[in-house]
Amino acid sequence: MSTETPSKAEPTIGDYQYGFHDSTDNYTFKSRKGLDHEIVRQISAMKNEPQWMLDFRLKSLDIFFARPMPQWGGDLDQIDFQNIYYYMKASDRQEKSWDDVPEEIRKTYDRLGIPEAEKQYLAGVKAQYESEVVYGSLQEDLARQGVLFTDTDSALRDHPDLFREYFGTIIPSADNKFAALNSAVWSGGSFIYVPPGVHIEFPLQAYFRINSENMGQFERTLIIVDEGASAHYVEGCTAPSWSAESLHSAVVEIVVKRKGRFRYTTIQNWANNVYNLVTKRAMAYGDSLMEWVDGNLGSKITMKYPAIYLMEPGARGETLSIAFANKGQHQDAGAKMVHCAPNTSSRVISKSISKGGGRSSYRGLAKVVKGATNCKTSVVCDALILDSASRSDTYPYIEVEEDDVTIEHEASVSKIAEEQLFYLMSRGLTEAEASAMIVTGFIEPLVKELPMEYAVEMNKLIELQMEGSVG
Amino acid sequence: MATLGIIDLQVSVESKPILKGVNLEIKAGEVHALMGPNGSGKSTLAYALAGHPKYEITGGSIEIDGTDVTGLDANERARLGMFLAFQYPVTIPGVRVADFLRHAVTNRRDPERKEGENLMPMREFRTELKERMTELGMDTEFARRYLNDGFSGGEKKRMEILQMAMLKPKFAILDETDSGLDSDAVKVVSEGVNRLSGPEMGVLIITHHERLLEFNKPQFTHVMLAGRIVETGDASLAAELHANGYATVRERHPEEAAEELTEQEKSLASV
Ligand SMILES: Nc1ncnc2c1ncn2[C@@H]1O[C@H](COP(=O)(O)OP(=O)(O)OP(=O)(O)O)[C@@H](O)[C@H]1O
Ligand SMILES: [Mg+2]
Repeated sequence: MSTETPSKAEPTIGDYQYGFHDSTDNYTFKSRKGLDHEIVRQISAMKNEPQWMLDFRLKSLDIFFARPMPQWGGDLDQIDFQNIYYYMKASDRQEKSWDDVPEEIRKTYDRLGIPEAEKQYLAGVKAQYESEVVYGSLQEDLARQGVLFTDTDSALRDHPDLFREYFGTIIPSADNKFAALNSAVWSGGSFIYVPPGVHIEFPLQAYFRINSENMGQFERTLIIVDEGASAHYVEGCTAPSWSAESLHSAVVEIVVKRKGRFRYTTIQNWANNVYNLVTKRAMAYGDSLMEWVDGNLGSKITMKYPAIYLMEPGARGETLSIAFANKGQHQDAGAKMVHCAPNTSSRVISKSISKGGGRSSYRGLAKVVKGATNCKTSVVCDALILDSASRSDTYPYIEVEEDDVTIEHEASVSKIAEEQLFYLMSRGLTEAEASAMIVTGFIEPLVKELPMEYAVEMNKLIELQMEGSVG
Repeated sequence: MATLGIIDLQVSVESKPILKGVNLEIKAGEVHALMGPNGSGKSTLAYALAGHPKYEITGGSIEIDGTDVTGLDANERARLGMFLAFQYPVTIPGVRVADFLRHAVTNRRDPERKEGENLMPMREFRTELKERMTELGMDTEFARRYLNDGFSGGEKKRMEILQMAMLKPKFAILDETDSGLDSDAVKVVSEGVNRLSGPEMGVLIITHHERLLEFNKPQFTHVMLAGRIVETGDASLAAELHANGYATVRERHPEEAAEELTEQEKSLASV
């Protein structure tokens, strides 16, 4: 792809004028640690971005600095923003050797039956995952229908007008501190445009184009589903994403136009050192349907509340979320539904599991603005707590400015029933197997919504989380 | 020959003594009936044999083929061939019958299997499951349903027998498996029991009814009263109890009958 001869010299700061931006060769570039205007300028220059994007980044950085740290949700005080690399080319992540990958992680890959090539990518041993064969033919097929499916950096370059029309409009930089951070230093992510009336039958997976930088720390995804179109996008995978980087802060912006349908499925299993602070929001227009299916495992702290703004009458929003908080983990996850128009409806189903001292919180907002009459919103949260050291909380926020609204909120907290455990054990299952089975059953209503291979992996992962840790 | 030995077994629930020294020996191929008035301790014996953690063994022992299994948990006992068809099977939402059973059957057939190791091949398991379901007159659709979720009383009982048929235990305890079944279903269940009981399996049938015992004629009938087996006879004893109730048994065992009474009084007094 590169049209330039790579420089042999070890690039340093200031070398960006040599134009590394358009290359997938093994250039190395790493910004120095820390965060300031200069770093942001470098990132933008590295990518050879237009002026407006640089301005946007710089403005966002100022907002990030100006905003206080959120004092609710997880404890974020230990994040040292000046001790982080904010930009690294994919090829730089190749420095690890297979022997450096922790035993635990390798064992998990084996148990999940992840193919060798993929394992190496996931563990950061290999930066490139060769999926050109599958990807290539699918790409052609999609391209013929006018679908754009690319990484976000390429989209900015190749589809500047479409990009600029939507970028940052669903989630402005000023939305929250971490959205501002992402806006300042974003890199990678997916860009999808589905033209009017086009139905994509198979799930679009980040896998297909995993060789770009989509799994970066500050990925930025923008998806536009035009009128009457439909698609399903799947991001992440059940294998733990092992990473030396400890801060992940993504932004995902989605627009679903009239009569469109879109589902965004995420399965994430971050390593235990990771702060996963993600802003996800969709705007759903007349008679459209937007669905978030969100599975969160791992990480140190996850704060993630996928939102749906129901903008016009007939729009529907649905969020299904699963959180598993194990030892040392805090999953603060939930959903936001904002009814901005009459005759809109939303549904949230959330299931959480806490174990080994883990903590999971459901934090959700149901909002109905003035004038949005005849809306329906329902929230069901079920929490399963596996031992007395673990914890679960529910924080439902309800803001309603209309009378003519149906609101349902149900929450339940339960323990694994001794009688269920005994029943399964009396059939020859170990205590861990029996608990895993009960937990798997608990989240089954959500797991069955996942694409087949993810569902299988998800169940195996639950088994793994439950193993050798009970009794 | 496989033998289940119950030796002077004493069991407490929440520190309250329920079984006060039960002795019983069941060999493969034998059918035993266990009868006794409500609350005499029959289910307690069943749970204690299966290894329910709430049923604390305070004295005596349980042996399988001469090995003391008193200290083993329910899962280990199941792998050695113990099986309890529950009087009240629990519901486990979200867990499909087939998934659960494949796991259980794999462990039973390979007692050394460790967590996470492969399950028996899907195809082999399915074929077998289908055969057993057909024999028990069950719609194969049940394999895909969540365990006992929304099952009728009779369907739950059949599901217990299906599990028994798949697990092929050495010793099966059927705790009132016949209650709540219509008479056609009792027949199907007893055929299922007969098919297995042969020389391979010993059975302890806990029941208040005659039908199951007609099809599975017991060589031994035991009567439990206030936590002890007070009489053992043959099939005719079961018939006599059905005809006359427990009055004559109580007359023949005034001490236990008295204990039964005092317990009732105690529990009434505490209300
Ligand atoms: N889990 C428990 N908690 C408290 N008491 C119990 C428990 N299980 C059994 N018991 C008590 O032990 C005694 C024996 O009960 P058990 O269920 O063994 O009787 P049973 O012979 O099976 O009666 P039935 O014919 O009604 O099934 C009863 O007094 C009962 O209340
Ligand atoms: Mg009973």
